[in-house]
Amino acid sequence: MAGAATPAAAAAQPPVAERIWRRFSPAQRLARFSVYLVIVAAIAASVQSVEVIPEFLADAPEQVVDLLTRMWPADWAHYPDTVHDALIETLHIATLGTLLSLVLAMPVGILAAHNLVPSTPVNLIAKLILVSSRSVNSLVWALLFVGIFGPGALAGTLAIAFRSIGFVGKLFGEALEEAQRGPIEALTAAGAPWMSRMTYGYWPQVSPAFWSIALFRWDINVRESAVLGLVGAGGIGMVLDSALNLFQWPRVAVVLIAIFAVVVVAEVVVTQVRRRVI
Amino acid sequence: MSSPAVAALPADPFRRSPWPRVAMVALVIYVIYACAQLEVSWARVEIGLENAGRFFARLFPPNFSRWELLVKGLQESLQIAVLASTLGIVLALPIGLCAARNLMPSWATWPARFIIVSARSFHPVIVAILFVKAVGFGALAGILALTLASIGFIGKLFTEAIEEISDKEVEAIRATGASFASVLAFGVLPQVFSRFIGFATYQLDSNLRNSTMVGIVGAGGVGGTLFAAFQRFDYDYVCAILISIITLIMIGEVLATGVRAIFIGNATLSDVFRRGGAHRREMHLEDD
Repeated sequence: MAGAATPAAAAAQPPVAERIWRRFSPAQRLARFSVYLVIVAAIAASVQSVEVIPEFLADAPEQVVDLLTRMWPADWAHYPDTVHDALIETLHIATLGTLLSLVLAMPVGILAAHNLVPSTPVNLIAKLILVSSRSVNSLVWALLFVGIFGPGALAGTLAIAFRSIGFVGKLFGEALEEAQRGPIEALTAAGAPWMSRMTYGYWPQVSPAFWSIALFRWDINVRESAVLGLVGAGGIGMVLDSALNLFQWPRVAVVLIAIFAVVVVAEVVVTQVRRRVI
Repeated sequence: MSSPAVAALPADPFRRSPWPRVAMVALVIYVIYACAQLEVSWARVEIGLENAGRFFARLFPPNFSRWELLVKGLQESLQIAVLASTLGIVLALPIGLCAARNLMPSWATWPARFIIVSARSFHPVIVAILFVKAVGFGALAGILALTLASIGFIGKLFTEAIEEISDKEVEAIRATGASFASVLAFGVLPQVFSRFIGFATYQLDSNLRNSTMVGIVGAGGVGGTLFAAFQRFDYDYVCAILISIITLIMIGEVLATGVRAIFIGNATLSDVFRRGGAHRREMHLEDD
């Protein structure tokens, strides 16, 4: 802070009333100013060079209204014959994907926690796995798995699982690192082997965090699995894709309403479970 | 002489509730059932693993020969991310403010909350599809879709941040006879500013990730190039695109950490370069 000066410097300063008090030092202000500058420059450069056709922009509200009128009334008869099964498949993909990711993420999370595996290279490798899992979007994971396993729910489930490893593993690893030393030391002093230290020392401390991470991720995965079908990885996205390609707007409306309902229900379920159980 | 406390203990003080075990069994049954429903079997996995070898062999070495197209796509993705974040933040602030229950009457909070919830409920890619149909192929659809996603995310977190502020400062400013605008500027905004920086940088990060994806449905950016390369089985080019996307996202993450260090940790530029941003990030509130 600029106000904090050594006593020698304070003697040379003008009287209190005439001093100029500033919250940040010049270097801090320079840092802030340069961030603002970069932001403004980035916005200006983007506005100038982005390829947006002004007529399309002006036309947008009208086109959106037109789209909505074409969607309404929704084709409810489409729900029982196709949408329902696809919706259930989506939920299966989200749930199985989450469960698989829990299984896969736990060892990686343990390897990433420095207090459990006190070896920096191993921690770094585990963190690299977690970062690369998170950096690849679920749609890209889906594309990769469709390439490997062919179109269908298996590719979707694996995509969801691999995408979630980074998220679950990172948060689980952090929860492990924040666990209290006391119980662990007591167990170690009693001669407990590694497995017992895990199950009686760490697990009771991190299990609430673990289950809330799992629930949280499940909620996200329900949303994500709805779009995987666009690249052929199963679920309701495939129904949406075919309806869109055929311009069957009333059917698109049904699918969107179904997705909306499932997302809202999932959020309510997660909130309730978290309140009652965890 | 036995104490009553000892007598009152149950037969087995370490007895555990049976419910976790029941839940575990139910979970296993569900997994078997769901696998059967999805026609997931070991045979399919085995065939897939064979394919995987061939697939990965074709991914490498990455082919950067068409780098001009790649750079053009990445540039468009960046533009989409920057513009969508700017627009989203600018629009989300008033909406988030209107949704805060401690400052606004209920006739203002309900519509604002409705906007936020509906903006959040769909995945950006689905919103992008709708905008592609409405405003045509290109970056505009991507910008609009990600703007909507940003409104939902920033609006929600901004509302929560405002609702958690301390009333003391607000009351103090009110007591001086300040106008509502002054109360906001001096009582509310300073309290939420650092959290706002946190989720604004986070949203920029998230928009950057999504802007590389919306191209799959034709909403501009490098995603379109990626999807086209995939459909042509141009896997070595796919690998090149993926490597550049991941690099771009990681650079974005480093920059976001730097910005957080400057605004939340009061770091100077030389601090940021020296520590590489040791400032710890907030827990992930939404998908990244």
